[in-house]
Amino acid sequence: MKSTTAKIGLVIWLTLVIFAAILFPMVPAPEKWYEFPIIPGLEEKARIIFFHVPMAWTTVVAFIASTIYGIRFLMTKNLDYDLRSVSAAGLGTMFCILATITGSLWAKFNWGSFWNWDPRETSIFVLLLIYGAYFALRSAVDVEEKRATLSAVYSIIAGVTVPFFIFVMPRIMTGLHPGSKGDPQGAGPVVQFKMAPNMLLVFFASLIGFTLLYFWMFDIKVRSSRLELHSQQPQE
Amino acid sequence: MKIFTAPAIYIFLKDSHSEIRTRYALNALLMFVVTALALVLFSVGNEVVGTDVLSGILWVIIFFSGMSGLSRTFVSEEERGTSATLQLISRPTSVLLGKLFFNFVLIFSLNMLIAVLYQLLVNRFVVLTPSIFWMTIFLGSCALASSSTIIAAIIAKANTRGTLYPVLSFPIMLPLLLTVMNATRLSTEGAAFAEALGEFQILISYTVVVVTISILLFSFVWKD
Repeated sequence: MKSTTAKIGLVIWLTLVIFAAILFPMVPAPEKWYEFPIIPGLEEKARIIFFHVPMAWTTVVAFIASTIYGIRFLMTKNLDYDLRSVSAAGLGTMFCILATITGSLWAKFNWGSFWNWDPRETSIFVLLLIYGAYFALRSAVDVEEKRATLSAVYSIIAGVTVPFFIFVMPRIMTGLHPGSKGDPQGAGPVVQFKMAPNMLLVFFASLIGFTLLYFWMFDIKVRSSRLELHSQQPQE
Repeated sequence: MKIFTAPAIYIFLKDSHSEIRTRYALNALLMFVVTALALVLFSVGNEVVGTDVLSGILWVIIFFSGMSGLSRTFVSEEERGTSATLQLISRPTSVLLGKLFFNFVLIFSLNMLIAVLYQLLVNRFVVLTPSIFWMTIFLGSCALASSSTIIAAIIAKANTRGTLYPVLSFPIMLPLLLTVMNATRLSTEGAAFAEALGEFQILISYTVVVVTISILLFSFVWKD
C-alpha cells in the first residue's frame, strides 16, 4: 500500500465503519436502511461483532502470513522473509491480545464471567500460547540463520496441528459462541449468518477494513525492521 | 523406503543400547512417574473425585513425565557432541525415523507402566471398557512420540532447553491431549468401542500429519 490515496481511502473507510457500527440506532422494528434490529438478550452488546470478530480474523490472517513467509524462508534462505514472518507474528500477537481482551470483557457482561473455556476461547488461548512459544524459541537461539529456520519450522508444525481443534472441540464441549455444539442454528465450524442485511454489510466492511489495516501495519513494520537491521550493521 | 528404514533401525538400536548402558532418561523418568503418582495420591487423599478428573490427571502425569524424558534423544546427541558424526553417516530421514521409533518405545512402555500403576493405586479410577482404554494408551503414545520428537529436535539447537520443551510442546499437543482425555473418560463410563472411533480417527490422523510434516522439515532443523 504505497500510494497516499489508498491510505486516505482506508482511513475514511474505517471511520465510516466505526461510525456506522457505534452510532446506527438499534430499534425493535427497523424501517430505515440505517436501523439495526434489536436481538433479544444482546441489545446494544451485539455491536461487538463489528470489532471483535474482525480482530480474531486478523489474528488468523497474520498467523497464516507468518507461516507462509516461514515456508518461503526455508525455500530461499533469504533472511528478509524471516523478517516478514516475525513482523506478521508480532502484529498477530497484538491482534490476538486485543481479540482476547475485548471478547473477555464482553463475556463478563453477557455470559457472566470473564473466561468460560468455550471452544473458541480455548482456540484463541492456544493461538496466544503458540505466539508466546514462537517468541520464546526465537529468544533462545543466538545464530540468526538458525533462529529463522527453527522458528519457521515451529510455525509450520503449529500451523498443521491447529486445524485439529476444529474436529476435536465440538466432540468435547458445548460452546457459548454461535456455531458451537448445542447451538440450534447448527453445530459445526462454519457459522450460518443470520444477521440483518445492513448489519452484515457493516460487518463485512469492517472485516475488509481490518484486513487492509493489517497489511498497512505489516508494511510499516517490515520497513522499520529493515531500517533497524540496516542501522545495526557496521557502516562501510 | 529400505534406504531410510535400515539405517533407522541401526540408529534405534544404538539409542537403545546407549540407554540401557547409561540409563540416561530411564531412571529419571521412572522416578518422575513415582513422584507424580505419589503427589496425586496424597492430594486426592480420601476425597471422592469424579472419573472425569481422574482421567484428566492420568494424562497430566503422562504429559509431564514425557516432557521430562523425551527431549533426551536429541539433546544428548548435542551434549555429547555426537550429532556431527550422525549427520555424516546417515540421512536426516533415517535419523528422524530411528529417534521417533526410540521415543515411541520409551513413551509406550512408560505409559503402560503409568496406566497399570494408576489403576492399581487410584481406587476410584475403574476402567469399564478396557479395549478403549488400551487403544487410547497405544494411539496416544504414537501421537505423543510423533510430536515430541520433532519438538525435541528443535529445542536441541536452542540454548534454554529444559524450560523451552514444555512451552513449545503444549500448544502442539493440546488437541491430542484433549482427545485422549475424552477417550479415557469414555472408557471409564463403559461406552461401547464404536463410540470412541471418532477419537481414534483424530489420533491416527494427528500422528500421520505430524510424522509427515516432521519428515519434510527435519533436514532443515538437523543440518547445521
